[in-house]
Amino acid sequence: MKFAVVVFPGSNCDIDMYHAIKDELGEDVDYVDYRETSLEEYDAVLLPGGFSYGDYLRSGAIAARLPIAAGIKEAAQQGKPVLGVCNGFQVLLELGLLPGAMRRNRQLTFICKPTTLIVKNNQTPFTSTYESNQEVSIPVAHGEGNYFCDPATLTELKENGQIAFTYAEDINGSIENIAGITNKEGNVLGMMPHPERAVDELLGSKDGLNMFVSLLKQWRESHAITS
Amino acid sequence: MMYEVNVFVTLKEAVLDPQGSAVNHSLHQLGYQEVEDVRIGKVLTLTVNGEKETVEARVKEMCDKLLANPVIEDYRFEIKEALAQ
Repeated sequence: MKFAVVVFPGSNCDIDMYHAIKDELGEDVDYVDYRETSLEEYDAVLLPGGFSYGDYLRSGAIAARLPIAAGIKEAAQQGKPVLGVCNGFQVLLELGLLPGAMRRNRQLTFICKPTTLIVKNNQTPFTSTYESNQEVSIPVAHGEGNYFCDPATLTELKENGQIAFTYAEDINGSIENIAGITNKEGNVLGMMPHPERAVDELLGSKDGLNMFVSLLKQWRESHAITS
Repeated sequence: MMYEVNVFVTLKEAVLDPQGSAVNHSLHQLGYQEVEDVRIGKVLTLTVNGEKETVEARVKEMCDKLLANPVIEDYRFEIKEALAQ
């Protein structure tokens, strides 16, 4: 399985993401420059965390208008898994691939700590190897992770099972403690916590690794490869 | 003709503004109890070279495409002729 890690000016979790795929999952992965326009040769697209364009204007706003945006949208339309973590989530919101927007954390401070998440939907390509309502430990590191959407969108998110992860407790003011959501089809996931920082016990948790294992499992099943 | 366009981007009323709340609180601490609410937005000043008829439509497009996020923000703008050098 071949993964793309899209690198924007100001990405800073791209190396962690690359490491998670290459060394922990053991699959192929390339860095893809933001000036590229196609992600045709990849089976999954990963948008890493960081501060693309210094969060100028709005976090993720400028990154979502770059040449690579066309490739990301195309991959999403083709049904390929597209995962955006932290700033990657913000980019997916700005791209319009996921509904809602991010506000500054309610407490106005940057939060960087392990958090407990609850897997709300384990029927997605990203979460199939978790139990439903399983509690997992995955760290957050963000200043703008206070998820907002209007009431109609929230109802839709709930009805379609688009809420993939919630925080076990309110850490930043997010509506309904939302930590991660998918699109209606389930192949685009945005989340503020960093699964790529939780892929080895040495890092304090390996609960994030299952996200990548889930993607690989789904890819193998759909390509009928057994190992 | 050169125009100066001031674009005001503000959070929609229904969206809580944590920065505004903090500034409101700070003003109260300084004794300005009459302040009921503070909302923080931003001003973008664009210098645009164009024809008067097209500038407004083009700036509106810019706001919709990039300058404001319609999920949480409203915008308005003012256009005036830029002063000659």
